[in-house]
Amino acid sequence: MLSLSRKDVIKLAVLAAIVLTMPIWLAPFGAAYPGLMQKFVIYAIFAVGFNILFGLTGYLSFGHAAFLGVGSYTAVWSFKLLTMDIIPAMIFAIIFSGLFALVIGYFCLRRSGIYFSILTLAFAQMSYSLAYSVLTPITNGETGLLVARSDPRVIDGLLGADGMANGLPTPSLLGVSLSGYAGFYICAAFLIAAFFVSQKVFASPFGMALRGIKSNPTRMIYTGFNTKPYMLTAFVISGMFAGLAGGLLAVTDPIAGAERMKWTESGNVVLMTILGGVGTLFGPVVGAWLIKYFENIFSAINVNVLNDFFAVLPDGLQAVMVTILSKFTGEGWHLTLGLVFVLIVVFLPGGLVEGAERLIRRLRRSGRTAVKKKVVQQ
Amino acid sequence: MTKLILGRRRLLKTMGAGVAASLASPLVFTSRSYGQEFCNNPANGRVVFGFNVPQTGSYAEEGLDQLKAYELAVKHINGEGDGGMLNTLKPLSLKGNGVLGKKVEFVTGDTQTNTDAARDGARRMIERDGAIMVTGSVTSGEAIAVQSLCQEKGVIYMAGLTHSNDTTGKDKRRYGFRHFFNAHQSGVAIAPLLAQEYGTDRRAYHLTADYTWGWTQEESIKAATEALGWETVAAVRTPLGLGDYSQYLTPVMNSGADVLILNHYGHDMVNSLPQAVQFGLRDRQANGKNFEIVVPMFSELMAVGAGEAVKGIIGTSNWHWALEDEGTKAFTKSYGEAYGSPPSQSAHTGYVQALLYADACERAGTFYPPEVIKALEGFEFDGAGNGPTLYRDADHQCFKEVLVVRGNENPTSKFDVLNVVGRTARADVTYDPTIFEGELGPYEPNQC
Amino acid sequence: MNAFLAQLLNGLDKGGAYALIALGLTLVFGTLGVVNFAHGALFMLGCFCAVAFRYLLTIETVTVDPTQLSPWGQPVEVRTPLVQNWFGDFGAVLVDYSVPISVLLTVPVMLAIGIAMERGLIKHFYKRTHAEQILVTFGLAIVLQEIVKSFFGPNPVPQPIPTDLRGAADIGLLLGMEAHQLTYPWWRLIYLFFSLAVIGGVFAFLQFTTFGMVVRAGMADRETVGLLGIDIGRRFTIVFGLAAVVAGVAGAMYTPLLAPNYLIGMDFLVLSFVVVVVGGMGSLTGAVAAGFLLGILQSFASMTEVKSLFPGIDQVIIYLVAVVILLVRPRGLLGRRGVMEG
Repeated sequence: MLSLSRKDVIKLAVLAAIVLTMPIWLAPFGAAYPGLMQKFVIYAIFAVGFNILFGLTGYLSFGHAAFLGVGSYTAVWSFKLLTMDIIPAMIFAIIFSGLFALVIGYFCLRRSGIYFSILTLAFAQMSYSLAYSVLTPITNGETGLLVARSDPRVIDGLLGADGMANGLPTPSLLGVSLSGYAGFYICAAFLIAAFFVSQKVFASPFGMALRGIKSNPTRMIYTGFNTKPYMLTAFVISGMFAGLAGGLLAVTDPIAGAERMKWTESGNVVLMTILGGVGTLFGPVVGAWLIKYFENIFSAINVNVLNDFFAVLPDGLQAVMVTILSKFTGEGWHLTLGLVFVLIVVFLPGGLVEGAERLIRRLRRSGRTAVKKKVVQQ
Repeated sequence: MTKLILGRRRLLKTMGAGVAASLASPLVFTSRSYGQEFCNNPANGRVVFGFNVPQTGSYAEEGLDQLKAYELAVKHINGEGDGGMLNTLKPLSLKGNGVLGKKVEFVTGDTQTNTDAARDGARRMIERDGAIMVTGSVTSGEAIAVQSLCQEKGVIYMAGLTHSNDTTGKDKRRYGFRHFFNAHQSGVAIAPLLAQEYGTDRRAYHLTADYTWGWTQEESIKAATEALGWETVAAVRTPLGLGDYSQYLTPVMNSGADVLILNHYGHDMVNSLPQAVQFGLRDRQANGKNFEIVVPMFSELMAVGAGEAVKGIIGTSNWHWALEDEGTKAFTKSYGEAYGSPPSQSAHTGYVQALLYADACERAGTFYPPEVIKALEGFEFDGAGNGPTLYRDADHQCFKEVLVVRGNENPTSKFDVLNVVGRTARADVTYDPTIFEGELGPYEPNQC
Repeated sequence: MNAFLAQLLNGLDKGGAYALIALGLTLVFGTLGVVNFAHGALFMLGCFCAVAFRYLLTIETVTVDPTQLSPWGQPVEVRTPLVQNWFGDFGAVLVDYSVPISVLLTVPVMLAIGIAMERGLIKHFYKRTHAEQILVTFGLAIVLQEIVKSFFGPNPVPQPIPTDLRGAADIGLLLGMEAHQLTYPWWRLIYLFFSLAVIGGVFAFLQFTTFGMVVRAGMADRETVGLLGIDIGRRFTIVFGLAAVVAGVAGAMYTPLLAPNYLIGMDFLVLSFVVVVVGGMGSLTGAVAAGFLLGILQSFASMTEVKSLFPGIDQVIIYLVAVVILLVRPRGLLGRRGVMEG
């Protein structure tokens, strides 16, 4: 059950190594701090889960942020009502988002193609609007759901643990507080597990069936195959991944806001997956990292930082460089992001991972032909 | 393009090098082992302020204006430029040589007017850049989210523009401070002028943005106007970010109301007010009186966006650049010289907040947050543009005069869209802190 | 009764706008098969055509008077508007009517932008996956937004209605009611008729011209048309240009109702996709019908009587209607089989 093919074991090991050494190799990029690394791994989980649906079945959900939001709200409510320990929070986050996905998936999967996409979008937007307004007693609307000192926390109360050293209570795992790096490593462990599950799904007969549905749904139906349960399972698994990611967002930073369910969030995970490479295992992970990197690091490069950096240049040149680059950083980070999208899709069809693979293959081939030519010449 | 990418990589490398040094090694399991008694202690490092404002998205204009004011504040604290309010603020401990003898540096971030992005930005400032204080916001959602994060991290947060009662009410925090006024004060402040201009026998129709801030404002304004003797005909909720409000405006016409109160902020107001004027509401007569529109919470940049519709409309403001006191003149002058336009109230509140924090550190003689908090709590000062002002210790809300403003009928420039028509005294807008729930929490800092 | 009629008018007005915005998208999306996430950006560019035109008309010479200082410490600027100086009263009228006149400018500008976009980028993506179309058009939309932001700033730019067209028409009087019972702003009525005219024009163009016939044939079966020796590619370029023009004029005329900023396109992007899909893929009539349906239902859902029955209904009405229609009718209102279903 836990076995993987040799190739997949290597991939998993590579991913684990990359993720666990993040604090080292991200340092030169100015991204090695817990807050961002947590986001890196959490959004990677979100994208990996999204890819199980989109990559395997070709069904493009434009409402996955709803499950992210449900996961977050559930986790924070578990913190408020039960305990600051993350185990119940994570379990409930996954279960509730899974149930939510089951209901939404049941309706949406009756249609395919763009009709499916718009149905998922509609459900997610309704969740967002209601969470922001009418459901404020549950979601705390604009402000977002926060933990407070005065929350009941029944289980903590029974065990006599109050979970708050100073001020507000922080999420913990069996008594170990999960702020900073501890939170990152917990999320990293979840990402590696999620990646493993995604590998299993891709390699399983279930995954094969999904691919079959993707390439020719009619034929699958004609061969006496009931596609519905398969699709629904994929949708629910994918929704549970999103719920897991949402729960982890609440673990590393105990707040759940309605904006997490907005269509722009759903759009983000779509972009992450496509940017990295739909249907590839690594692609969504890479895509998620790239977008989060731009959002957090590029947006923080202001004129001062640029000036410091170009201080070695002569004054005139420094001013020119700073003026040009400041259009692309700080408040202009969106521009860089947009250009990156266009350039990647133009020059690396299939996304970063697939594009890179193709590039390597081509280089190898041209290398091989060069060798062949040499042989011929001799 | 290749050049650009190369430049970027090198840039990031250099940026990261400093950062890597200041970060705990990955082998250390928690960040508690920073070896200092509080988060980002500048004793053996730099003094870094974190300016976290929306630079993209719908509120970018207000955010960027605030950011410019923060940069000006840093200059003045460090003794560069003409000193601005350092010349007028009383009492003042700052000497124009930085804070406690150290020059202030700053880092910036983009909140995108999104609670998650705002918290991400604040975390970067605290965890990577070593910020001792975070400040800035344009909406209450951002402000409350960052405020609670800063409480968890043990870093002081000086809120920017945030008008919801909750910021210093239900969601107040020991580590959060607000200089800006709130919805409750808007209601109290606007009432006398409404009575004077429109009388005490009016029937009001509320259109309210359907989220927390809108509700608190509707509640505050309703209470204030009903105390005047006005009757509330209806209070209708409108979805956030709707764009076209026609379906909510037509029912107003024959509702029997003679005043429309728009509890909308930002783009909601930029759209709903001109549309209400287009529907001819202000040309109408109702109950034998001229139909009037009131926008309780105004900002200059919103007024610019609303264009001509804003003429003659009454609302409240935290501050206005045309005030005649010394503090305002000094700030308006140095801001105008630096950026070529007068500052908005969003810029003003940010500037004052940065100065007040720096001054509190200087007065406390330390950056240790509990001491700085105590220096701010109950601090009474003058010369910051709003007259004598108190930072109340019970809820960290500033108490000062509130301005009543009116859309200028004949603006002489594009900056001249609002006129100050009234001031409501500090004593009148002071309220009992216990009318809102919430608790501040402890002084002792969590260590990042 | 008045309330009902007023909401019906609101609904028609909204519907006209929705239909017009969706029309351009359905041309590109439902017929060329390109998932165009830059459609909102085209609408936004149209808005800023109107803004830019007004800026050009109100261009001023600025002379600095160093003897006087403004309160914020800068020398006072003396501004003289050029157009009024040159043309006198006619110039003033020109400035007053800048929004409707700007439509004349918007048409060629948007046509050029549309054609350039199609030739330069989109045409290479007809055969690529929908996912890649999303990424490239979304990236393009962001770039266009940022360019507009760097010229016009992030704040909304108000656009005035021409003085003669301000105020409200007394529709109630026409229907035999008392005065002021049912009034409606002139500009909104103009926008409604404008959208109907544009929609009618596009339909006539596709229905009654040879060009339109070929395009319709190409939509139905691109390969066969190609086999007949017709260069369908060139015609698709024109269709894309046409879509850009429709989106652009929809935006330009909408500016007095909604002060545009650089993000206005994103707000309309999701809406236009919903309208197109509810109308059914590949059906122009469907998109128009869906636009009006959603507009009217949105207006009625916001009535206090309805809201008291279903709290929060006005928050979700558009999406709720979309869900119901798509669950009842597999391909939206009038969708064609097999378009974007795979």
